[in-house]
Amino acid sequence: MSVIEQPLLELDNLHVDFHTPTGIVQAVRGLSFTLGRERLGIVGESGSGKSMTGRAILDLIPHPGEVRADAMRYRGQDLLTMDKRARRKLRGRHISMVMQDPKFSLNPVRTVGDQIAEAYRVHHKASAREAKQRSLAMLEQVQIREPARVYELYPHEVSGGMGQRVMIAMMLIAEPDILIADEPTSALDVTVQLQILKILDDLVTQRGMGLIFISHDLHLVQSFCDRVIVMYGGKAMETLPAAELADESARARRHPYTLGLLGCLPDLDHPRETLATLNRDPAWLA
Amino acid sequence: MTSVAQSQSPVRRRSWGETAGRWAKIASRELSTVAITIFGLLLITFFIARVIPIDPVLAVVGDNARPETYEAARIELGLDKPLWQQFAVYVGKVFTGDLGRSVLTSNTVVDDIKRVFPATLELATLGTLIGCVLGIPLGVLAAVYQGRWPDQVARVIGLFGYSIPVFWLGLMGLLLFYAKLGWVGGPGRAGVAFQDLITPITGILVIDAAIEGDWEAFRDAWSHLILPSAVLGILSVAYISRMTRSFMITELQQQYVIAARVKGLSEFRVVWRHAMHNAFVPLVTVIAVSYMHLLEGSVLTETIFAWPGLGRYLTHSLLNADMNAVLGGTLVIGAVFIAVNLLSDILGRLVDPRTR
Repeated sequence: MSVIEQPLLELDNLHVDFHTPTGIVQAVRGLSFTLGRERLGIVGESGSGKSMTGRAILDLIPHPGEVRADAMRYRGQDLLTMDKRARRKLRGRHISMVMQDPKFSLNPVRTVGDQIAEAYRVHHKASAREAKQRSLAMLEQVQIREPARVYELYPHEVSGGMGQRVMIAMMLIAEPDILIADEPTSALDVTVQLQILKILDDLVTQRGMGLIFISHDLHLVQSFCDRVIVMYGGKAMETLPAAELADESARARRHPYTLGLLGCLPDLDHPRETLATLNRDPAWLA
Repeated sequence: MTSVAQSQSPVRRRSWGETAGRWAKIASRELSTVAITIFGLLLITFFIARVIPIDPVLAVVGDNARPETYEAARIELGLDKPLWQQFAVYVGKVFTGDLGRSVLTSNTVVDDIKRVFPATLELATLGTLIGCVLGIPLGVLAAVYQGRWPDQVARVIGLFGYSIPVFWLGLMGLLLFYAKLGWVGGPGRAGVAFQDLITPITGILVIDAAIEGDWEAFRDAWSHLILPSAVLGILSVAYISRMTRSFMITELQQQYVIAARVKGLSEFRVVWRHAMHNAFVPLVTVIAVSYMHLLEGSVLTETIFAWPGLGRYLTHSLLNADMNAVLGGTLVIGAVFIAVNLLSDILGRLVDPRTR
């Protein structure tokens, strides 16, 4: 059967436009990629359209925004012709997203357990009891000790690292196929970052999910992902195997923007007087 | 892997004992605030009584009294004692429920207030209820459809409520619903047939009638109550809906709202369970402020509807220099403010886990 071959997600010529009073702002302009059961990194500067790509896949582009594409398919299902309700049913259950800062992305007035159980109950007919059991098991999977106690806590009572575990538990409890991780560790301490990435990596591998890892951290993407899309101005500059980011011998094949980004990275072992600045060519966006 | 588990930061435990302890601490803090505020209130009413250019002795003995009589009355009233003693006597009297006698009605002020305050209370309570029941959904709708037609409709309703004078609204309401359509009772709290028929238990007519099981009287009292309450309610709707809208717009932009949508929740649930719960935290204060405003007694509304409430009683007393009544009424309003504030504080803490 071709089911195994079928990609999880296909995007062809994705555009995200915002119609503002001062004109059209193009956040994403013609992005195409397919996602299998792999870890795909999307890197780029602020405003390069990487977050909007994730939002477009989830049908969560805010009000004046408009999504256009030649094709947008989840496991062969056409997302473009699907109605709002069906798109909503996909969210959480099939495509989910871990957001940047648990301080803001968890509802401050409800217990974390309540929020995790809720994510399960939207998609599964389950009693409150069963949802709680599931949530406790999920908390254990993100390596929280004493899940029963953490379940009753409010978001302001947990640390950033624990908050992000809760976030991962909440977004994975309905067992989606695709997880979009939008800067999932940017708000965390460096020591905690690695723990969270490890948890994320284990779960994604165990469940054979497709991961879209959005980041501006080249080192992180290079070590964490299989494949990387480098975005600039809403366009993909190039797509390359993550390992090649560090491969000096592959430099000749690299896009100048990718080289520019790499050149901006400070190196502790070889400190430079002045750090390179990015050289952006308007022709890239033509 | 073990290193991951071990480096988790400790989490606060919340045993029942600790929860109770925390609430006890909050309660003691609140109570001391209330005590201080009440003391301040008593101090202020006491000094108002000393400062006003009305001689309390003359009010008793009359303008043509002989100096001996005047002096005797002054001593009788305790006005020869030092101020702090007078204050102590005053505080003692207030706490034993003695606010003096009203010159105008010749009842004790306490009896008068027992009669007029429930009238204002039922008006203000129903008005605030109307304000919440209509104002909150209106504000939420306006925020959800920000900039689109439901928002414009809400804006017009808010503007209407804010800017139309209450007396005009009251008169037009009476003209239409009472005089023309006959849907509601006219001015006053009850029709002539029911006047003073119901024994006051709470003083709130609709409740007393319901307790007695006199449904005819209940209907009559209700039909008198609904129109003035609605007039006050419109003001409350305007205020509450505008504030709800602004709080909801803030909340709907938060990250947790996006997270709720990512989970696949329906928009209804996102708005009402997630965003609204958060917007309700500041809204509690807004509703309390609106309620307090109505509890002062809306003089205009009470006058138009011949409603024997606190606002009208106070205005009347003030215009007739009936100082015991004025100070008693002021004290009651102050106490009501303190009580509503306390209530809104407690409610706020119940709604927001970060404050408990």
